Amino acid sequence: MNTSIWDWTVVEDVIPLLLKGFAVTLLATVVGSVIAILLGLLLAMARRAPTRLVRVPVRAFVEFVRSTPLLVQLFTVYVLLPSLSPFVIGASVLGIHYATYMSEVYRAGIDGVPKGQWEAATALSMPRGRTWQAVILPQAVRNVLPALGNYIISMFKDTPFLAVITVHEMVFQAQEYGSDHFRYLEVFTLAAAIFLIASYPTSLLVRRLEKRLGH
Amino acid sequence: MVLFEQVVKRFGSNIVLDHLDFSVAQGERVTLIGPSGSGKTTILRLLMTLEKVNGGVVYVEGQPLSHMKRGSQLVPANERYLRTVRKKIGMVFQQFNLFPNMKVLDNVTEAPIHVLGLSKEEAVDRAKQLLDLVGLGDRINQHPTSLSGGQQQRVAIARALAMQPDVLLLDEVTSALDPELVADVLNVLRDIAQSTTITMLIVTHEMQFARDVSNRILMFDKGRIVEEGQPDKIFSNPEHERTQTFLRAVLEER
Repeated sequence: MNTSIWDWTVVEDVIPLLLKGFAVTLLATVVGSVIAILLGLLLAMARRAPTRLVRVPVRAFVEFVRSTPLLVQLFTVYVLLPSLSPFVIGASVLGIHYATYMSEVYRAGIDGVPKGQWEAATALSMPRGRTWQAVILPQAVRNVLPALGNYIISMFKDTPFLAVITVHEMVFQAQEYGSDHFRYLEVFTLAAAIFLIASYPTSLLVRRLEKRLGH
Repeated sequence: MVLFEQVVKRFGSNIVLDHLDFSVAQGERVTLIGPSGSGKTTILRLLMTLEKVNGGVVYVEGQPLSHMKRGSQLVPANERYLRTVRKKIGMVFQQFNLFPNMKVLDNVTEAPIHVLGLSKEEAVDRAKQLLDLVGLGDRINQHPTSLSGGQQQRVAIARALAMQPDVLLLDEVTSALDPELVADVLNVLRDIAQSTTITMLIVTHEMQFARDVSNRILMFDKGRIVEEGQPDKIFSNPEHERTQTFLRAVLEER
């Protein structure tokens, strides 16, 4: 057995495996993002509902999810719903977890739309749904796009938590390879490098978007 | 056309309208004057259903606006009822409140298409006509933010008229404008006053404009009407001491 600190044959050996895991990581991020972006918006709008019957429970849900750790949520749902595949649970819980954070971002964006916009829509007899769709959301979402982008990057970096419920994402693969071959340094360094290569350019993109929107 | 019956409006412990009675006839142009905080803008906002009354009833064309009939009783109006009655009323705001995410043309066609159910072609025709009327026919594809305040306000006037309301509310429509832009907006409104029979309720500090377009002036103080009459009479020969001091203060400012 090779006893040097860094073994390039390990690198060669593990890269295909890590990339296979990375595909799962990406898919979880995409599915999670779609859930977070849509559900987050829905939660933010529900917190502006005309009736307390909607506002209060939604607010309680958001606070609950935000004040408990993602890891605990993953475990709990995994144990409660054994019939669902780990990936479905992982991506959904990730998405719901981040939806509550994004709902706060949306809420700030919605609150940032001047009251006069609502009043103008009322003065034109526009129904509530149309007011949201045509007037409020286009202005609110534009202002918070960079913040949403940053949360997607955070979510991407939180995908390794899915390993604990046996989702075969990249860190799970790294862990398995490591324990099988007793080589951890190469695999985890590579995994970190892959995360960096993916998230750094994305964060640069978000920063450019921020500049363009004049933040 | 418009009838206020014993209307009370409070904000917290502050009584803004105190058992107010007044009416405006079909086609009449009425200007509300008075010191700030005297309740003028609140009257317009109640008519636009942006605020709710604390007492009394507001009627438009004989139909209750603040309330709806349930059996023989009047109960406070719900949102669905408000949506049907507020179509009769249009409003132009001090801060224009154009939709910055839409082009000028879309600002004017949005509600006719999605509220009145006009076809796109009809709505565009109507919008172009109105934008010509306010002198902005060549700006239809621009975004509101690229227009001056005076131009934005004229778009807002076109937008309100596109709904063909029976009553037009003008809430200090020149107060946020640079002085040199005021005249264009007022001229547009003078044209509209002359060429249509739309009922107008106007809150303004432009006394010459009020004099030109109004049939009647209502002088407000502390939520009550202290004096009313034809513009000539109010401006030349006010009877109430409060009106005299107010007008002196406003006219000296110029």
